[in-house]
Formats: sequence, structure tokens, C-alpha cells
Amino acid sequence: MAELDMTLRRGESLLLTLGIPVVLLVFFSEVHLLPTGTAQPITFLAPGVLALAVMGTALVNLSIATGFERGYGVLKRLGTTPLGRPALLAAKIAAVVVVELLQAAVLVPVALGLGWRPSAGGAGVAVAVVVLASIGFGGLGLVLAGSLRAEVNLAAANGLWLLLLLVSGMLAPLSKLPGWLQELAKLLPAAALADALHRAVGLGTSVAGWSWVVLVVWAVAAPVVAALTFRWE
Amino acid sequence: MSSPVPGDGGAAAIECRDLVVRYGDVVGVDRLSFTARAGQVLALLGPNGAGKTSTVETLEGYRVPASGSVRVLGLDPRHDRTALVARIGVMLQRGGVYPTMAPRQAVELFAKYYDDPEEPGALLEVMGLGAVSRTPWRRLSGGEQQRLSMALALVGRPEVLFLDEPTAGVDPEGRLAVRRVIAERRQAGACVVLTTHELPEVERLADDVVILSAGRVVASGSVDELGRDSEGIHFSAHDDLDLTDLAAALGASVQSVRRTGPGRYTVAGEASAARLAALASYFDARGLALGELRAGRGSLEDIYLTLTAGEPVAPS
Repeated sequence: MAELDMTLRRGESLLLTLGIPVVLLVFFSEVHLLPTGTAQPITFLAPGVLALAVMGTALVNLSIATGFERGYGVLKRLGTTPLGRPALLAAKIAAVVVVELLQAAVLVPVALGLGWRPSAGGAGVAVAVVVLASIGFGGLGLVLAGSLRAEVNLAAANGLWLLLLLVSGMLAPLSKLPGWLQELAKLLPAAALADALHRAVGLGTSVAGWSWVVLVVWAVAAPVVAALTFRWE
Repeated sequence: MSSPVPGDGGAAAIECRDLVVRYGDVVGVDRLSFTARAGQVLALLGPNGAGKTSTVETLEGYRVPASGSVRVLGLDPRHDRTALVARIGVMLQRGGVYPTMAPRQAVELFAKYYDDPEEPGALLEVMGLGAVSRTPWRRLSGGEQQRLSMALALVGRPEVLFLDEPTAGVDPEGRLAVRRVIAERRQAGACVVLTTHELPEVERLADDVVILSAGRVVASGSVDELGRDSEGIHFSAHDDLDLTDLAAALGASVQSVRRTGPGRYTVAGEASAARLAALASYFDARGLALGELRAGRGSLEDIYLTLTAGEPVAPS
């Protein structure tokens, strides 16, 4: 509860987790600026913005919060209590899950109100995809938080979020990118998450094999690298 | 300087034997041995880089010794960490609290980690934080932050308490509260390990002292024991006294007159009235100002400065 409370108290956290996704969803579904390639932009935007929200929570929020906790000495102090590191990690995971549920609870009704008609059959697959992506993004966030100074990590996490967003296919199809960039983007978890959600709850088709592979590889590799490189103080 | 092993003669709460801590090729702690008993306050002193923090962090399980052994409450701080952390309390020198978190919220949160914690409200009152219990950490004064940090170390009723600079920046009323709490914990049988640069506090609080320099013990024992070898005249004056000239005027050997720190001097040996008179005459004849003067046993600060060759006292 304390971890969740701290997360929800951070103004920039709320902005990233709810404010930006809602604004992007509403604005670009009403103002047809993006080359979504669908008759109704909301059909493309809703899964993309859900993916963007997941990336913001699991990567940026987790990374920035953990980085500052490390900088403030909170992690060091907690390490001298019976709470222990596994419990602290569990608390952080639980906070990510709760915030993602909160995001879904806000974004899905807004998208439905804007005319989105999701493929309900893909909900289970979407959950699995989000879980894998959250683990991968979380690991990536902890790699940054555990090795950079808090202020540098703040900039790095936001910069990485923006960079991944641009090559993710979340707000515009990957096919709009140059060929070489498409191939590069397909190695990253952001594009894999966006493509998987577009297919699972947007188009109602099966998730592409490359998406599963990329998501699984990042979900395994990023936490391992985080565990190996994380410095608690 | 005699160097009895502090802590002999009671139930050992901390045992440190031939501890070596390395940072690459640099030796941070060099064959350090001491024992601290239950119901004892032990102060670790030394200048920057002396090895105090390395020692304490090894005892807390943060660092791996290159060689030697440490035991806290009979447990290995790294291998038995889960069992140990429930029985120790650690006060960090600074930070360690979410900036937006108020003292009551922080103490209540930390209390949940222990089986038999202190009552948060009562603990905050004891630490003199009742009036600011709902003020965010970032708005607390430095002294209030220190006392909250100490409260978090105390909330689990620790058997061993590590306190890093517990009175730094704390106002006089706060210091009284800190001293009272340390005395109570000692009375209750806790072992308290202090690292501080406030030597008058050490004189008031510590049963035993270990003075480190360059990773090695240069003196250890009770404050009283350390004082036995510090008979002499201790004074302050301007920074460039001619020690040979002064020794001749006092009829003392050149070796017995030492500069122990910036503007601080010791004339070892008997602090007789004749020698004091000679010292006063020396200053009077040369029109020099004589500052603080102390005859007999030196203060802990005099002893410390002598042993560490005038290196500034600071946490390392």
C-alpha cells in the first residue's frame, strides 16, 4: 500500500500514467492527423495508447521512482529492515499492476465512448502480452535506475520512453517507418507490445510470432541484466 | 598508549576479528579486531578514510570482508542476514526517507516490518517529534530529520543499534533526547555502536572507544583508560609556535612538546604548577595569546588529535 500510495502521490507519475494517454487518445481520435490506416482512428489508437500507458508505468514510473528512492537512501535503509529485497520488489510489481489496472479502467471506457469496438476474444492474450511487456519494461527501468544518478535516470527514462514511442507503432503504423527502421523497431519491446495489442484486441487476429519472441526475450533478459547490474546505493 | 580489547568481560554482541576490507588494491580496513558487549556503547572514531564506515557496513552486511570474521549477535551479517536484520537497527548518516513522507507515516510504515515494534506515537514523542509528526520529511529541520532517522532505527526494538552521527545538526533539546534514548537502550541491554565526529558526545555516552587511522586501530579502551596516557598540559595558541624554543623554556624534552592539531599543543608529562607558570611566562614574555588551557588528563579530542596526528575528525 505504501508503494502504491507513493506512486499515486507523484504528480508527474499521474500525468504520465493517465493524463498523457487520455489526451492523446481523445485528441488524435477526434483530430485525424495521424496516418493510422484505419477508417476510424480510434480502432488503431485505442490498443496503441493502452500499450503506451503500459510502457509509461512499467518503464518510466518504475525507473524514476526507484532511481530517486536509491538516491534518497530509501533502498539502503529498507535493506536493513526485515522487509527485505524480495518483498520490496513484490511491492513494486504490485504497484505497477494496480496502476495498469487503473489505467485500463480509465482508458477503455474513454475509448469505448469514442467509438472503439474491441475484439473481446483477444482479452486473455492481451493480458498475457501486457504481463510479458511489463516485466521487460520493468527490468529495463531497473537497469537504468540501478546504475544512473537519480536526475540522470529521470532524463534517460523519459528520453527512452519518447524514443521507443516514436518507433513503436503505437500512434502510427510501423509500416510508415523506413524499412531499416521497421526491422530495428521489431527488435524492441515497444513495437512488439503495440503490434500484439493491435492484433489481439484491435483486429481480433492472432499475435505474430516475432512479437511473442521479442516480448519473451526482453522479459527474461532485462530483469537478469537488472539483477546483475543494480546497485542499491 | 595501552590498547585493551574493548568489550572483554561480557556477552559479546559484536565480534570483529582480523577484519580486512579491500576496495580493489586499496585496503580500507586492516586487520581490525574488537568486541562490543550487550549493554555497552562503543564509539568508532577516526578521520576520513579511516575505515569506520567500511567497518560498520560490514557489520550491517553491506560489505564482504576480504578476510577475517565478523559476528553480530552470533550471526554472520551476510549469510544470516534475514535473521539478523530483525534484531538490529541502523541509523544512516543522512536521507533514507521519502521526501513527502511525514514522521508518523514513516514510523508506522517501518513498524509493520517488525514482529514487536515500538508504538509509533510514543516513539515520536520520546524523540521529540510529536509536534512535527505530520510534517513532510523535506520540511523538517536537519536535527528533526536526524531524530526521525534514529526513531526508524529504534522502532524494531533492536538488540544492536548502529548510529551514524546521531547528534549532527541536532539542537540542545534534541541532543538531550538522543542522549536519554541511548542511555535507556544501553540500560535495557542493547549494544550501541556510534560513529561520530562529535567527541564531547562520545565522552558523555561511550563506554569504550576504538580510534582508527588508515584502517588500523591506533587506540582502544574506555575513555578513562585512554586518558591515563594523556597526562600533561593541553593548550591552544597561534599556529606556528617554535616547539624547540618552548620545550627549552619549560625544561621539557623536545619530544614531549607536540602540535596535535591546528593551533593545538600538548606538553606531555606532569602538569606541575611550576611548569604551568613557566608556560604562562613564556607567552607573556613574547606577547603571545594563550587560548584554552587544560592541565592533567587530556580531553578525548586531545587524545584523538594526538593519535591521528592532527587529522580532522570526520565520518568516513
